[in-house]
Amino acid sequence: MGRPTVVVVGAGQAGAEAAVALRAQGYGGRVVLVGEESETPYQRPPLSKELLAAGGERVDCALYPASHYPDRDIELLSGERAEGIDREGRTLLLASGRELPYDALVLATGARPRALTVPGAGLAGVHTLRTLSDARDLRSRLYGARDLVVVGGGFIGLEVASAARTLGLDVAVVEVRDRLMGRSVSEPVSRHLAELHRRNGVRVLLAREVTAVHGEERRVREVELDGGERIAADVVVAGIGAVPNTEIAARAGLAVDDGILVDARLRTSDPAVLAIGDCARFPSRHGLGRHAPVRLESVQNAADQARAAATTVCDPEGGADYDAVPWFWTHQYGVRLQIAGLTAGHDRTVTVGDPAGGRFSVFCFRGERLLGVESVGRPADHAITRRLLAGSRHSLTPESVAAPGFDLKQQQLQSQPA
Amino acid sequence: MAKITYRHPRGTVTVVDVPAPNTVMRGAKLNDIDGIEAQCGGSAQCGTCHVYVDEDCGVVLPEMHEVEDDVLYGTASPRRANSRLSCQLPVSDALDGLVVDLPQAQS
Ligand SMILES: Cc1cc2nc3c(=O)[nH]c(=O)nc-3n(C[C@H](O)[C@H](O)[C@H](O)COP(=O)(O)OP(=O)(O)OC[C@H]3O[C@@H](n4cnc5c(N)ncnc54)[C@H](O)[C@@H]3O)c2cc1C
Repeated sequence: MGRPTVVVVGAGQAGAEAAVALRAQGYGGRVVLVGEESETPYQRPPLSKELLAAGGERVDCALYPASHYPDRDIELLSGERAEGIDREGRTLLLASGRELPYDALVLATGARPRALTVPGAGLAGVHTLRTLSDARDLRSRLYGARDLVVVGGGFIGLEVASAARTLGLDVAVVEVRDRLMGRSVSEPVSRHLAELHRRNGVRVLLAREVTAVHGEERRVREVELDGGERIAADVVVAGIGAVPNTEIAARAGLAVDDGILVDARLRTSDPAVLAIGDCARFPSRHGLGRHAPVRLESVQNAADQARAAATTVCDPEGGADYDAVPWFWTHQYGVRLQIAGLTAGHDRTVTVGDPAGGRFSVFCFRGERLLGVESVGRPADHAITRRLLAGSRHSLTPESVAAPGFDLKQQQLQSQPA
Repeated sequence: MAKITYRHPRGTVTVVDVPAPNTVMRGAKLNDIDGIEAQCGGSAQCGTCHVYVDEDCGVVLPEMHEVEDDVLYGTASPRRANSRLSCQLPVSDALDGLVVDLPQAQS
């Protein structure tokens, strides 16, 4: 028998961090990192932010320099797609025909953009954004373009809108719901974002649907909305959500349900196979239901699960259940929105700070339970509430947060003199 | 280029040459110094690249801006007067000789 081996499928944020974490935690076997993309593993957040804005050519998104992997005896196979898993034989099959035997397999296959399916969506100039090459294509399209239409008012679409404004394009955002980032944030934050975009010259169209894309000579020219109105577009970006890459798991007979299902140690229905990051659905105490399975798309989730998966491999019996507090950020026009916890399903909000001045936090409760906090320009609130949510006890209730003079930063200053 | 010393709470001391353009955080990541997480990749969001700067090392650091100050309220290990986010410390010749202590925990 050869050396014990961990094979990681997907060399994105989660996969690369898992390989590095295995070594950091002392794993002495073979570590193979298989990734379909040709680039050295990189971070995605800059793709819709710095990389699109002016000067973006110079932005380096690499997670680690290329030498990092060989230096740690990590075999990085870039440009290789995994096709199948022979679970009985514990072997990963690559599209190139290569076979990789494993003792543990970590699936970190991420997600792909949901495609726009209206008539005309195949025209040149209609983009989605997930990979570095998507970002480079989009950037070269935006330079010299005049009218951008963003389909979908989620975080990627809004970040693209913000970057395109810095490049001087006319921008419209079309969102089918009646508010922006409706899946991710509370009503007050949605409202603030809509004002922010409008103030920066973006046409924000809410509760409107894109029904078709029209072009000339196979290039997009206009976007048609419900009701027949047409708006000019020489670039269209669809940011309408992501679909987890679960096919390889499903074909191997692993349990899948909008995400590869894993337990609290991130093991799939086959304990030799783990799944992490955007492709995984895991039990979380931070969600609405007690330990109901959730699937998250964030760097925090990818990085923390990567380390937790490495621990499950190195120490299958010891080690703790995965329990990290979810958090997320987005930057638009230099404004930072940070979210601690999972706020979906709240039935009460308490706003603290100065919404008119663009510095406030929305505390989201379900009954008496604090689900999470959304902070605009209030990094201290974000930092402190992340810590509080990590513990099992804190004293934040709707009443205490709404009390006059409530200020987490002041409380912290008094309890922890520098 | 700057010679930077990272002191681990368990006693390990690592001295590395970090070239510009990098940050003190990136210097630790590139050299696999554990005790720096930097989950957000260096955008002063997460507070997991917290360090204590040895004030006797004689290096003068750039002033702290408000965001860094705010993020330092949420660090896992207690904030002290010499706390900084290492992602907000760009490496230059002026940082040569910097000594930082890593906290017990980052997250
Ligand atoms: C434009 C953009 C901006 C973002 N901004 C933020 C932000 O500001 N903050 C934040 O917290 N999060 C942000 N995110 C989300 C964050 O980047 C993701 O949650 C994170 O990248 C997930 O990591 P992952 O490794 O699970 O998936 P990915 O990073 O998508 O990596 C999966 C990799 O697996 C490869 N792969 C898939 N199938 C196979 C196969 N069969 N064989 C081989 N390789 C395969 C894919 O090609 C891909 O490279 C952003 C995402 C995007 C797209």
